Amino acid sequence: MTTANPSIDQTDTLPLKQKLAKTTAIQRRRAFLLTVPLVLFLLISFVFPIGQMLFNSIHNDKVSGVVPKFAVAIQSWDGQGLPSEEIFEIFVKDLAIAKKVREVGRTAGNMATRINYELPGSRSLFTKSARKVGKITEGPYKEALIKIDKKWANPQVWLTLQRASHDLGPSFYVAAMDMKYNEAGEIVKADELYQIYLQNFIKTMWLAALITFICVLLAYPVAYLLAILPLRQSNLLMIMVLLPFWTSLLVRTTAWIAILQTEGVINDLLVYFGVIGEDGRIQMIYNQTGTIIAMVHILLPFMVLPLYSVMKTIQPSYMRAALSMGSKPFNAYRRVYFPLTIPGLAAGTLLVFILAIGYYITPALVGGQDGLLISNLIAYHIQKSLNWSLGAALGTMLLVVVLIFYWLYNRLIGIDKLKFG
Amino acid sequence: MTNFFKKQIKDKGRAYIYLAIATLLVVLLTGTAKAAVGFLLIFGIPLFFMEKMPAYATTGERFSRYAFLVIAASVLVFLIAPVLIIMPLSFNAEPYFTFTQGMLSFDPSAYSMRWYLDILHNGMKDPAATVGWWSDMWNNAQWIRATRNSFFIATVSATIATFLGTLAALGLSRPEMPQRALITSLLISPMIVPLVITATGMFFFYSSVGIAKTYTGVILAHVTLGVPFVIITVTATLSGFDMSLVKAAQNMGANGWTTFRRIIMPLILPGMISGALFAFITSLDEVVAVLFIADVEQRTIPRQMFSGIREQISPTILAVASILVVMSVMLLTVLELLRRRSERLRGMSPG
Repeated sequence: MTTANPSIDQTDTLPLKQKLAKTTAIQRRRAFLLTVPLVLFLLISFVFPIGQMLFNSIHNDKVSGVVPKFAVAIQSWDGQGLPSEEIFEIFVKDLAIAKKVREVGRTAGNMATRINYELPGSRSLFTKSARKVGKITEGPYKEALIKIDKKWANPQVWLTLQRASHDLGPSFYVAAMDMKYNEAGEIVKADELYQIYLQNFIKTMWLAALITFICVLLAYPVAYLLAILPLRQSNLLMIMVLLPFWTSLLVRTTAWIAILQTEGVINDLLVYFGVIGEDGRIQMIYNQTGTIIAMVHILLPFMVLPLYSVMKTIQPSYMRAALSMGSKPFNAYRRVYFPLTIPGLAAGTLLVFILAIGYYITPALVGGQDGLLISNLIAYHIQKSLNWSLGAALGTMLLVVVLIFYWLYNRLIGIDKLKFG
Repeated sequence: MTNFFKKQIKDKGRAYIYLAIATLLVVLLTGTAKAAVGFLLIFGIPLFFMEKMPAYATTGERFSRYAFLVIAASVLVFLIAPVLIIMPLSFNAEPYFTFTQGMLSFDPSAYSMRWYLDILHNGMKDPAATVGWWSDMWNNAQWIRATRNSFFIATVSATIATFLGTLAALGLSRPEMPQRALITSLLISPMIVPLVITATGMFFFYSSVGIAKTYTGVILAHVTLGVPFVIITVTATLSGFDMSLVKAAQNMGANGWTTFRRIIMPLILPGMISGALFAFITSLDEVVAVLFIADVEQRTIPRQMFSGIREQISPTILAVASILVVMSVMLLTVLELLRRRSERLRGMSPG
C-alpha cells in the first residue's frame, strides 16, 4: 500500500488483521452493552436476592447474636461432661444482657426457637431460664442455673448449643435430608415421625414425572392432529390449545374446583347418568387426584406446542415411502415418524417437568393435604413456621434439581428455541 | 344441506350403522336413555368430522383412524371445556358451583347477573345509595380496587420489561455477541426458577432495602418475571431480520438512532407489542410474588381470587373468571393479528 497522502489516519497503516480485530472488538462491546442494563437489573432484583436467601441455609446467627461472648467461649470446651464454671458464668451474664436489651430478632426466644429445631421440647428451658437468670448475681453459676431447671445438667443441651454457636453450618441441610445429630454429635436418620422432607421431595419428583408422562400421552395425538390437518382447520383447533394457555392460572384452577368438587359438574353428570348413586359421589379434589388433573390441564399446552412445531416440519412423504415399501402402518409410525418427533418430545418433557416440580399455586388451592408439593413446604417454612434457614435449605435443594434440568434443556434443545404460539 | 347429509351417509354409512348398534347396546345394558345420549355425543361427533378414507383402506386402518380422532377430540375437549364451563355457571341465580335443575331446563329465573353485580358491590359502604355511588364503588369495592392495582402494576412493569428486554434482545441477536448462550440462559431463568424461590429471595431482599409491601417492590418483581417473555418474542422476530437493511441505511448516511427508529423499530414492532402483551398478561396473572411481597394495599385480581378460593368460595369468583376469559380471547385475537402482520412484513407468507 502506498500512502502518499499524509492526511490519511495513522491506523490505516496497521495490518488488516489488526484492524479487523479492532472493529470486531468494538462490535462485540456494542452488542454486549445493549444487554448490560437488563443483566444488571436481573443481577440486582433476581440473582442477588436468591443468592442471599440461599445463604440463609448455611448461615444462622440466632445463638451467637443472643449470647455473643458465650458463643466464642464454648468453642474451647472439649464436650466431656459439663462445661466449666467460667463458661457457665459467661452464659448467664450474656443471657441476662439479652433479656435486658430485647433487641428484635436477638431475644432469648429466638435462640430458644433455634435450639428447639434440633432438640425438640427445649424451648421452655430457655424462655423460663431467661426470665429468672437476672436474679443470679454471684457464683457458683453452674449450680444456680441447674437450680432453675434440671435440664441444664444435661450435656446434650450444651453440645447442641456449642454446635449452633457456629454461624455457618450444615445443620439445616441435615434436617432437610430427614436426618439429625445424635448424642455423640454424629449424623443419623431422624425418627420415623419427623421424616417428611425427603419423602415430600421424592413425592414431588414422582408426581412431576407422572404429570409429564400423562401430558405426553395426551399431547401426542393432539399435536399430530394439528400437524396433519390443513392450515385453516388446524388454526381453528389451535385456539382450543392456546385459549387455555392464555387464560389465567387461577381461572383454570377455579374451573377445576367447580368441575371436580363433590357437588360439582362431573359428579352431577355421573349421578345424572346413573353411574354412581347420590351417596356415592367421588372425592376428586382437595387431594392428589385434584392436583394431578389440574396440573396436567395447565401444563398440557407446554407439551403440545413444541411437539406441534416439530411435527409440522416432518414431511408426509416419509411415511408414504415407508408404507409403499411394505411397512405395516404401526411399524412405519414406530420406526419413521416417532424418531423424528423426539426433539419436540424432549423439549416438551423437560419443560413440563421443570415447571411441574416447582409448582405452588395449584397444589396450594386444590391439593388438600396429600397433594402438597415441596414448594408448598418451602412457603410454609418461610411464611408460617418462620424457620427460614430450613426453608432456604429445601429451596436450595429444589433449585439445584431445577438447574440441572435447565442445563440439560440448554444442552439438548437450547433455550433460544423456545417459542409460544 | 341435504347433499351434505347424503354425502355423510354415502361415505360413512356403515360406520353410522355400527354406531347406532353400539348406542342400542348401551341403552340395553344401562337401561337409561340418558347414558345413550352421552355415548352418542362422545363417539358420534368425531365420526361426523372424519374425512372419507381411500377405498383401499382396511377396516383396521379405518378403525384406528377413528379411534385416534376420538382420543384427540377428547383431549381438546378436556383442554377447552373447563375454560368455557365457568361462563354459564357464573350466571347461576343460586350460590352454587354447579348447574341447578332450573338452569338445565333453561328457566330464565334460574339465571341472574347477581354475581356480576357482586363484583361491584363487594366491599362498598352502601351499594343501594344513589348519591356518591360511583365514588364509593371506585374507592371501596374490593374487586374494583384489585382491578385498578392489577392494571397499574401490569402496565408499568410491562413497559419497563419491554424496554429492557428489547434492548437486550437487540444485543443478543447480533452475530458478534460474546457469551450469548450464557447470557441468554441467565435472562430466561426467571421463567424457569420455581416461583416460590424467586418470591422468597425477593421478599427478604426487598424487606431489607425497604421496598417490600410497596408498589415499587411488586413492579420490580413483575418486571423480572416478564422479561423472559419479551426476550423470547423479540428474539424470534429478529431471527428473520435481514441485516443488510441496516447496512443499506448506514450506507445512505443514517446514524445509529435513525437506523433504529426508521428501519429496525418498524420491523420488530409486532414482536415488541406481543412481547409487551406477554409481559402484561404475566403480571396480570402472577400471584406468588404478590403473595410474598405485596400488602393489602397492593392486592391484585389473582391475589383477590386466591383468598376468595381459600376463604369464602362464591360464584363471584366465577364471574370474575369469566370476564378474564373474555379478556384472554381478545388478547389472543390481538396476538394472532400481530403474528400475521409480522409475517407479512417479513414477507414470510402472503398473509
